[in-house]
Amino acid sequence: MGLLSDPVRRRALARIVLRLNTPLCVLSYVAGIAWFLALAFPPLTQRTYMSENAMGSTMVEEQFVGGDRAQGFARDFAAHQRKSRALPVAWLERMMRSVGLEVYTQSFSRKLPFPDETHERFMVSGTNVYGILRAPRAASTESLVLTVPCGPDSTNSQAVGLLLALAAHFRGQIYWAKDIIFLVTEHDLMGTEAWLEAYHDVNVTGMQSSPLQGRAGAIQAAVALELNSDVVTSLDVTVEGLNGQLPNLDLLNLFQTFCQKGGLLCTLQGKGLQTLLLMVLRQASGRPHGPHGLFLRYRVEALTLRGINSFRQYKYDLVTVGKALEGMFRKLNHLLERLHQSFFLYLLPALSRFVSIGVYMPATGFLLLVLGLKALELWMQLHEVGVSPQEAGGSPNPGPPLPGAQGVSLASLLAPVLISQAMGLALYILPVLGQHVAVQHFPVAEAEAVVLTLLAIYVAGLALPHNTHRVVSSQAPDRGWMALKLVALIYLALQLGCIALTNFSLGFLLAATMVPAAALTSPHGPRPFYAALLMLTSPAAILLGSLFLWRELQEVPLSLAEGWQLFLTALAQGVLEHHTYGALLFPLLALGLYPCWLLFWNVLFWK
Amino acid sequence: MAAPCFFSRLWRAALALLALGSLAASQIEDQAKQFFRSGHTNNWAVLVCTSRFWFNYRHVANTLSVYRSVKRLGIPDSHIVLMLADDMACNARNPKPATVFSHKNMELNVYGDDVEVDYRSYEVTVENFLRVLTGRIPPSTPRSKRLLSDDRSNILIYMTGHGGNGFLKFQDSEEITNIELADAFEQMWQKRRYNELLFIIDTCQGASMYERFYSPNIMALASSQVGEDSLSHQPDPAIGVHLMDRYTFYVLEFLEEINPASQTNMNDLFQVCPKSLCVSTPGHRTDLFQRDPKHVLITDFFGSVRKVEITTETLSLQRDSQITESSYKEDRMDEELMEPLKYAEQLPVAQIIHQKPKLKDWHPPGGFILGLWALIIMVFFKTYGIKHMKFIF
Repeated sequence: MGLLSDPVRRRALARIVLRLNTPLCVLSYVAGIAWFLALAFPPLTQRTYMSENAMGSTMVEEQFVGGDRAQGFARDFAAHQRKSRALPVAWLERMMRSVGLEVYTQSFSRKLPFPDETHERFMVSGTNVYGILRAPRAASTESLVLTVPCGPDSTNSQAVGLLLALAAHFRGQIYWAKDIIFLVTEHDLMGTEAWLEAYHDVNVTGMQSSPLQGRAGAIQAAVALELNSDVVTSLDVTVEGLNGQLPNLDLLNLFQTFCQKGGLLCTLQGKGLQTLLLMVLRQASGRPHGPHGLFLRYRVEALTLRGINSFRQYKYDLVTVGKALEGMFRKLNHLLERLHQSFFLYLLPALSRFVSIGVYMPATGFLLLVLGLKALELWMQLHEVGVSPQEAGGSPNPGPPLPGAQGVSLASLLAPVLISQAMGLALYILPVLGQHVAVQHFPVAEAEAVVLTLLAIYVAGLALPHNTHRVVSSQAPDRGWMALKLVALIYLALQLGCIALTNFSLGFLLAATMVPAAALTSPHGPRPFYAALLMLTSPAAILLGSLFLWRELQEVPLSLAEGWQLFLTALAQGVLEHHTYGALLFPLLALGLYPCWLLFWNVLFWK
Repeated sequence: MAAPCFFSRLWRAALALLALGSLAASQIEDQAKQFFRSGHTNNWAVLVCTSRFWFNYRHVANTLSVYRSVKRLGIPDSHIVLMLADDMACNARNPKPATVFSHKNMELNVYGDDVEVDYRSYEVTVENFLRVLTGRIPPSTPRSKRLLSDDRSNILIYMTGHGGNGFLKFQDSEEITNIELADAFEQMWQKRRYNELLFIIDTCQGASMYERFYSPNIMALASSQVGEDSLSHQPDPAIGVHLMDRYTFYVLEFLEEINPASQTNMNDLFQVCPKSLCVSTPGHRTDLFQRDPKHVLITDFFGSVRKVEITTETLSLQRDSQITESSYKEDRMDEELMEPLKYAEQLPVAQIIHQKPKLKDWHPPGGFILGLWALIIMVFFKTYGIKHMKFIF
């Protein structure tokens, strides 16, 4: 007979699983963490290489010499901006037209769900200005975008100057086969989101924007530029986008090739393991770390380049940056199809090294295996598979055990699940909905009200187990918690698996922290210890911990008070970004992971 | 006294004249032999570039440089079939429109003013190429798109693009295999569409394309052996692409030295682009060719050299005893009609070509047979061996 249908063999297998379960789990967990840490080092990393044939190995000669012109534009722009306190739209239109582009503007407005403390805005309205350089001998079917985000707090005047100088230079060339759009947005990312939504004719985030008058075909690639000073010591590149999406690796390879060619120093923050962890944290947060993050949603490969002026010796001027950009655009001009040859899912331990998905996925696999093993063990215990008929003589059941016949009714399982989900739903909806009520009764601002409501509901959920027992009564208490834990483990494994597929960093981070607590939880055993462990690995605590880690990695460590403040701000930002850009971290944590965690909390306090 | 001196002088003069005359006669005979040496009376060229897209600029430049040389050496446009799969000169990405350069710093524009492309863009397909070669062309095809060669034509066929072991890629969507090409050439031979054929290919693993030829009078050259890549030559930073492939670049350099009167032979062409310059190893195949390559002039294929020799002497040609004269006498008509008519044996192919039977490569059994054996073994073990297997597991 077969391995699984023969009762003797099945019992033997079950006995192996039950006996070796703990060692296997520990081994698996350690293997997962070790695999992840090993990702930063050579055998698992590869050198980056250009995969797209059309962007080939031949270099082009850059001829950009408009450094002075760029600085002139920058100074004018800064002066006008200081005068008018908003984006000098008329001046930009005039300049773009004088350079030879087709100029259009777009106005947008949005009322945020609650006032944004960090950017000090509530009712956001602004104007985007963009100019299109039409390809001289090609139909306007495809385009490239160079965008500069401008906001009240970030003075990006050098970037605007460079944009205008590059536009003037590009206008004089005849080899463009795609249109180039030069975009200047107001209010940073809100403007970019408004422009993108209008360009692609969708309305994902409730932004009100005027329709675009001028279009240039499908966007193939975009580069966002942020420069704060006349000279830069290095160019920093950001790849992580909204919800952890990444651009095609070829775009990064292109940038790196031109950095090497021009002798420009291009950096990715940190080195080795530090860079990897920083990237994981940035990707896990799911925030768009620049305008490029919003382009990625429309499958437009994009990067953000930030000029950094630190205390290094060698400084580069705007001409070098301009040449690098010119080279990139010239190479992107050669593209015949969208970038698709290289990886879409990868990790970067360094700018010229990457780890592909096939290599990093086993780390999460090992972690989720722990959950799977634990669930298998519980299932076997529930069905007494490891127990032979003689040993189970005391059990009142004569025939093969059924899930429902052991006294674990569906109601007793379903009730905690539904109540936890309801808590999660409350966590998701109530803070924003109830902020006005909170403001009327308490002396707090709206943003604080939202955050405090969030925390209140979160903590209220901790009191649940004491109340669920009044609703549910089970005859066989042991089986009750085991069944619940089984469901919770499978639920957690499914969620983490799905998250890890699209946003590996978030999945791995959550798995690494939640899996040990989830596996260990049981009503028997040292309750305070398990309670502390579970508290430490709850979604909110993970957020707090990762903030501390992030700051530590950036070499700007936080004190506890600062950390707490940052935590509150991060909560508010998370909710706000969900409403303004559609970031998914807040719904995932509130509707998915928090209820799952509550189930484990219920298991822990099972009576 | 005077009379014998005169006679001796006359005798000596007569001898000298006779000697001179015979020398002149033998020279003329040599020249006459040379006149009929190659056996061709017209030249054709079929130049094919099979790749499209801007980054394959170099393949178009390759073909256009061979076109340019061939035209310079005398083959007119009416005898050249030029097939270019993409338009590089008018591509939107070309910073110098209406030009195609073969040397960097834009030294040499091979597009020129008078290029005549016969098959352009999507018309360059495997089917059209084979139809051109074999002559099976719909009646509506214009004359410029036909290869109107006869049995006294020397044809140059030049192909370039992306290739592999045994195939050449056309237009990024189809391929021609070496077997198809060999069969096409055989069709040409059987229809007497060429006298001699020179086949040059510049692709990766180009030598694989001429491995399968089996028709006589074909000489083949390739830019690389099986397993090697043909490399490109110079990138031009102003244009942003590679301009030429190495092999054709050096062939072009070689051809620039040839003029219609040059006596350079094929052996020199075989030496073009050694491994030190080309990185790949160019190859050639001459076993199907009847003449010795060192007697074959470059202009036999690349140029259209009209042989004109002015002679004041008369030549007597040898009578060929095999060709019988037919006379139309009535009393012999029946006898003549009894004899079956047959074509004169111009070239006894079987006697020239000694082909060794090709050893079939042994492949390990795959697919269905493997599955069948696995099934049989499994059934065998299931019925007989299961108890023994238990000790293993």
